Amino acid sequence: MANHDRPLSPHLSVYSWQVSNGLSILHRMTGFVLFTGAFLFALWLTAAVIGPETYDLIMGILCSWFGQLVLFGYTFCFYYHFCNGIRHLGWDIGLGFGKDTAVKTGILVVIVSSLLTLGTWAILLGGAA
Amino acid sequence: MKYRAPLKNALGLGSAKSGVHHWWIQRLTAVGLIPLTLWFVYAIATGCLDVSSYESAREFIAKPMHAILLILLTFTMLHHSQLGVQVIVEDYVHGGLKTITLIASKFAHIAAGVAAIYSIIVISLSTIPGAAS
Repeated sequence: MANHDRPLSPHLSVYSWQVSNGLSILHRMTGFVLFTGAFLFALWLTAAVIGPETYDLIMGILCSWFGQLVLFGYTFCFYYHFCNGIRHLGWDIGLGFGKDTAVKTGILVVIVSSLLTLGTWAILLGGAA
Repeated sequence: MKYRAPLKNALGLGSAKSGVHHWWIQRLTAVGLIPLTLWFVYAIATGCLDVSSYESAREFIAKPMHAILLILLTFTMLHHSQLGVQVIVEDYVHGGLKTITLIASKFAHIAAGVAAIYSIIVISLSTIPGAAS
């Protein structure tokens, strides 16, 4: 019979925080946020078929300061998950596994995704002004 | 039992069985999402897709090439999302609640996918395509 008292993975509390596991959990967290983003994407398309009233209602929420803040968060989650996902795909084919390399690419991913987020919003807000 | 060849014991009885399928599809959809999401973000950033207006959004969705890419994006993204949520639920939710959560997640992903793809097709069919796409 299964022993129900045995520990279950992941054992989050037994590790000290480092770049590698910090970015790994961030990958999972951003992935989870993007799951709700995928549903928002489906909602956007569905609203566009239901009619202008529904569409404008949803756009009104997204264009409010709160909505914009949420979308800014989604943008970072997307770019981070995108860049770190490529880092993961590199590992899958055996690239960049070295300890120092993994830390360096991890920091690079955070910098690049932050810059892409800011750059994208600079273009979006610049275009609207 | 003692007459069984090692191959017979190994076939279909390994601990993994079809376990690698989930891992592999998660990678395949990830690779597919690289060009698809880049295209979508590019469309928004360049103003090609203006989501703020109902008419302009529908106009964008209705273009044949856009509709095809949007359907591909919807399918690949929600498939990838479902696989990811499944892993998270399996790690943090236990017992009967795990099964319920997994089923609910799968149903919700399929419902969102059907709604999105239906919407893309209906918008495409209800809008007369222009000369340029």
